[in-house]
Formats: sequence, C-alpha cells, structure tokens
Amino acid sequence: MLEINNLHARVEGKQILQGINLKVNAGETHAIMGPNGSGKSTLAQVLAGRESYEVTKGEVLFEGKNLLEMTPEDRAREGVFMAFQYPVEIPGVSNTYFLKAALNAIRKHRGLEELDAIDFLKLVKEKMKLMEMDQSLISRPVNEGFSGGEKKRNEIFQMAVLDPKLAILDETDSGLDIDALKIVANSVNALRSKDRATIVITHYQRLLNYIIPDFVHVLSNGRIIRSGGKELALELEDKGYARADEVVTASSQ
Amino acid sequence: MATATDTIEDLANKEYRWGFVTDIESDAIPRGLNEDIIRMISAKKNEPEFMLEWRLKSYRHWLTMEEPKWQNVHYAPIDYQNIIYYAAPKQKNSPKSLDEIDPELLKTYEKLGIPLKEQELLSGVAVDAVFDSVSVATTFKDKLAEMGIIFCSFSDAVLHHPDLVQKYLGSVVPYTDNFFATLNSAVFSDGSFCYIPKGVRCPMELSTYFRINAADTGQFERTLIIAEEGSYVSYLEGCTAPMRDENQLHAAVVELIALDNAQIKYSTVQNWYPGDKEGKGGIYNFVTKRGKCLGVNSKISWTQVETGSAITWKYPSCILQGDNSIGEFYSVALTNNYQQADTGTKMIHIGENTRSTIVSKGISAGHGQNTYRGMVKILKNATNARNFSQCDSLLLGDKCGAHTFPYIEVKNSTAQMEHEASTSKIGEDQIFYCKQRGISAEDAVSMIVNGFCKEVFRELPMEFAVEAQKLLGVSLEGSVG
Repeated sequence: MLEINNLHARVEGKQILQGINLKVNAGETHAIMGPNGSGKSTLAQVLAGRESYEVTKGEVLFEGKNLLEMTPEDRAREGVFMAFQYPVEIPGVSNTYFLKAALNAIRKHRGLEELDAIDFLKLVKEKMKLMEMDQSLISRPVNEGFSGGEKKRNEIFQMAVLDPKLAILDETDSGLDIDALKIVANSVNALRSKDRATIVITHYQRLLNYIIPDFVHVLSNGRIIRSGGKELALELEDKGYARADEVVTASSQ
Repeated sequence: MATATDTIEDLANKEYRWGFVTDIESDAIPRGLNEDIIRMISAKKNEPEFMLEWRLKSYRHWLTMEEPKWQNVHYAPIDYQNIIYYAAPKQKNSPKSLDEIDPELLKTYEKLGIPLKEQELLSGVAVDAVFDSVSVATTFKDKLAEMGIIFCSFSDAVLHHPDLVQKYLGSVVPYTDNFFATLNSAVFSDGSFCYIPKGVRCPMELSTYFRINAADTGQFERTLIIAEEGSYVSYLEGCTAPMRDENQLHAAVVELIALDNAQIKYSTVQNWYPGDKEGKGGIYNFVTKRGKCLGVNSKISWTQVETGSAITWKYPSCILQGDNSIGEFYSVALTNNYQQADTGTKMIHIGENTRSTIVSKGISAGHGQNTYRGMVKILKNATNARNFSQCDSLLLGDKCGAHTFPYIEVKNSTAQMEHEASTSKIGEDQIFYCKQRGISAEDAVSMIVNGFCKEVFRELPMEFAVEAQKLLGVSLEGSVG
C-alpha cells in the first residue's frame, strides 16, 4: 500500500530525513520508534504533506500513485489519515460539522454521494458507540477546551468516521496517563482491519504493550537503522536507544 | 504561511457581484449644496412646511460644524459641493402598483436577489426598495395595514402621517447630533418608515433594500421605526452599489423608538461596493444609528454584518431610558484589501436595572483596518445596571490591522461591568489540520471565519443569516449537531 524509497527531507534548511526505505502492506501495523530528533514526526508530516517540510530526494508511492505530488487534502481524500501529536483547536466550529465537511469532501473525491445530515448522524452515533465516545465531546467545538486525553481520543474518533486506508498515529500516547492510554489503544485496536495499514510513531515502548505491532523500526538520524518484530520494542525498552545506536554504529564500521 | 496567505488572498480577491449599473433615465438636481437645493428637494417631494423648516434649520447648523477627525480611518477630503444630493429614476407618474414600475428597475432587484413581486417573495418578508434617492416599491403594504402597521417610504410618511413624523423625527438623533447626521437631516431624500401599534406583533420581517445606482450621487436616507407599547418588530436592511472609481458618500440616519414592553430587532447586512483591490472607489458609509428604549422593559437589538464599503463609520447605539430596558449589539465587520472600518456601539444606561450586551467580531484581511470603538456609560440614577462586552478580532495574513477602543464611564457604584477581548490569527496549523482531513484550504478559512462569527450569526433572522454566510464566502455552519 505504501512504499517509501530513499526519502530525504529537510525543514528550515536542516536535513532531517536521510534516506528512509519502508514498505507497508494492507492489514499491517508498523511501529516507528526512535529518540527525540531522530525524524519520526518529520516522516509523519512529510507523508501528510506539511508545506514547511521540503522533500529533497526519493519517492513515496501510495497504492502505486505518487503521493508527494498530491496536495495535503488530496492525500487525505485518497485515504491517508494522520492523528496529530498536537491536535489543533478550531473555535466555534462543532466537531460534527467539521467531520461532516471532511467526510463529504472525501466521498466527493471518490465519486460517492455526499451524506445528508440524517445519514451522517447515524454513522457518527455508530462510531461513537464503538469508540465509547461521550456525546458531549462531538457537539463541542473542535478540540476547544478538550483535555489532552480527550483530544487524542477525538483524533481516533475522527479516524473511525473517516475510515482511512492508511493511518499514521503521531505520538498518540504523548501526554496520556495510563488509563487514557489504554482507552486510546483499545480504540485503535477496534479499528484494525485487513484493509487498513497503520503506522504507529512513538517514543515509548509502553504504547506497544497495548497496540501490538507486526513490525518495529528504529529511526536514528533520519534513517531506519533496525527493523524487526514486536520483540525489538522490548529490547529497546531494555537497552535504550543509545545502545541501539551504538550496536549499529559498531556493526557498520 | 504560504498557503494560508494564498487562500486569504483568493477570498479577498473575489469579485464584487453587485457592481453592475442599471441603465435608467434619472431625474437629478444640480450638483452642490445650498438653501435652494434643499428647497428643491423638499419641493420635489411636496413636503409640508414643517419638513422644509427642519431641513433648513439642519442645514444652517451644519454650516457651523466641522467634519469629525477622531475616527481611525483615512480618506481624501470630501468636496460637498461636488455631490448630487438627489437622484431618482424617472417615472411618469407615481406608480400605483408594481405593474407600473419601470421593468428595468424590477430587473435590477431581481438581479440583486430581491424579488419585488409579492407572490415571488419569501414568505414573511415585506420589502421597501430604495433606489438612489427614492423608495420605488413597498410590498405587503395592504396586508400590514389591516393590523394597523404602517410600513411605507419616508416620503409617504411625511405626507400621510405627518403627526407621527413630527413627533418622533429627531427625537433620538437630534438634527444637531453630528456632522453627517446633520447633513442627512438637511438633504435626506427618502428611506423607510415603520409604525407598529400597541400590542401588535408584526407577523413578518420588514425589510428595506438600499441601492445606489446613479454616479456622483450621495445617498442620504432616513429610517424611523416606532414600536408602541407591547409591540414587536424585526427589521432587516440590505445595501449594494455599482462598482465605480469615485468614492460615493452614504450618510444615513436610523432612529428607533421602543415604548413600554416593546421590542425592536434591527438587522443589517451591509454590502456597499468596497472599492477595488488597490483601494480605488467604494462607498463612504458614514451612518448614525440609534435606538431609544423609552419605555419600561423595552428592548432594542442591533445585529450588523458589515462586509462592504471602502470606509465604514457607524455606531448603532442604545439609550436605555426605561427601567429594566435592554440593549444589545452584535456585530461582524470584515475588512479586505484597503477597506477601513471604525465601528462599534454606545450603550447609555439611564434607567434602573438596565442591561446591555455587546458582542463584536472584527475580521481583517489584505490591508484591511478594523477598529472597534465602543462606549458604555452608566449614569447616576442607573442603579443595578449591567453590561457585558466581548470584542474579538481575527487577523488573516500579516498586512492587516485590528484596533480596539473600549470606553467605560460609570457614575453609579452598583453597576456590574464585564469586558472580554481577544485577538487571534488563522494559523497555518489550523488550515493544515483541516486539509489533512480532506477539507480544501478555502473551505477551511471559511469554516474558521464562520466559527468565529457564530455568536453573531445566530442572532440574525434565518434568510439573512444565510445571506451573511454567503457573503463571507462560507458554507453552512451548524446544520448538524
């Protein structure tokens, strides 16, 4: 579904990604781990199409199409969803209104009929039940006055409604206490499906206790330095990123 | 900020769709202003003596006045001798019915989306259409008359209801009030008049649609609304003008009077031609609007959406004289390109337990300058007066400006005052967030602006709220949830 080849990118003149290669198939969950500044969030932003990030080399194919040529909104309409590390507040715009606009933009792009208010509310209610979302959250303005946990849950709720093909969760665990983390992880697990690929970006292994990945990749200095199964996350937890780095540095010399 | 700015520029560069000129023969008087011109205007309208006297009194006072300079707007000096003070579409006789009105005129209003044929009207809206200096049609007159409601052009009111006009004209905005109001008092040509008798709830929205067509003319209309004891009326006002390179002056006066337990709701969507992208042309909108809550428990609400005009200078105000009376002001002012707006309100608390609410939303884009100027005055006898003010500014792009000048004057220690203010910018973060969900940048900006204005839009009557949202280039917010 997603194929990243030799991806280089920079932001504010600073080279961050220095040759990422990654293949993600439908149904798979990949975890990308790494220390602060390794390029994890940059990768997410580049995939989502943030304008301030400049791709200097490499290509990204999404279902065979050149993802980097698409505008951010077209990527979203094609089925790329990013759960933001810091979800943005939009005062005065209700969550339901926002989501309806988003869903209908996506449906229109795919040649589907736009949902009317009644059908949309039916869908929202169904997803709310699945995500165990509180009714009051969805009628409130987008993320305004939400707690950290509520914002992250709202991201996953949006994902449930928009039903993307590829979901990128950017540090979805940051700022969550253990109870909130479990709730968010359960929601993510409820959305796992054989048609959907998920990339979980995290600094800490603990999220991966709840969202069990199929593959784990370690990012350092803008490159994937190790890839493995779910046990790699545990090893990192044990030894820390510094050791992982050393191991690679030593072996490459 | 590349994309956010691009979108804002796209929005700012939307064409003014109401800028056409109607080719119609016009009956205008010579340029300039002197007592003869005023007599000429008065004679053209067959006015009774008291009206001419009032005009002349105003004119003589105006000669002693100076144009105000304190407002935060800039414009080249206006040559008051180079304005045509009266222009009217030529008609053989005064029309008895819509069938007799020049089809060109009807077409104009159709193009503007204001159908004057009653059967085509949105149910529940009666329209008085003012074209250049005169009222061309008032719909649903007869139906309203059955309930004792008078809704007609100001000229008709002067001729047929001189007692009411004489009693209330200038009772809220005296002819000496300010430079532009005094000028209006001398030369006003037409406008709307509305009288709601005791205990009557007006069954439909009353609406005036103002259109400036002729070149080099000023439009000076006057609106007077009187709500007798226990009555209710909701009044709408809309305005457009053709695109012209020269600035045109619009100096209107609106007076509202609410007696015991009466309620007046006055809504404006102002979309005069704002000038081109370089700031050339456009209407100078220098307007005095004031309501007097004369009776106990009376209420006056102003709601305005100001998107047009090169310069907007207006402060719809409330004098809260009756005990327990309520004044409200809800405003959205949008300035784009080189538009300037200096707008706000005055709430004068005189009676006991009087309450006022001010919600002002200023949006600045392009090189637009947006000023909120407001005054809340609590006089000595206004025991237990309360005011809540909220002034929010939204900036789009980095070349525009937002300014806030709130004045508060309290002479009674039981007063409760609240003031909130905020300034925000549409962030690239917000736009990117929307885009990542599949929403285009343009829709995102509209959505954010619309969300910002929500508290004001929900005060507008339904048809107007839709119009206002369209004007801001937004899609319908709040249809779900």
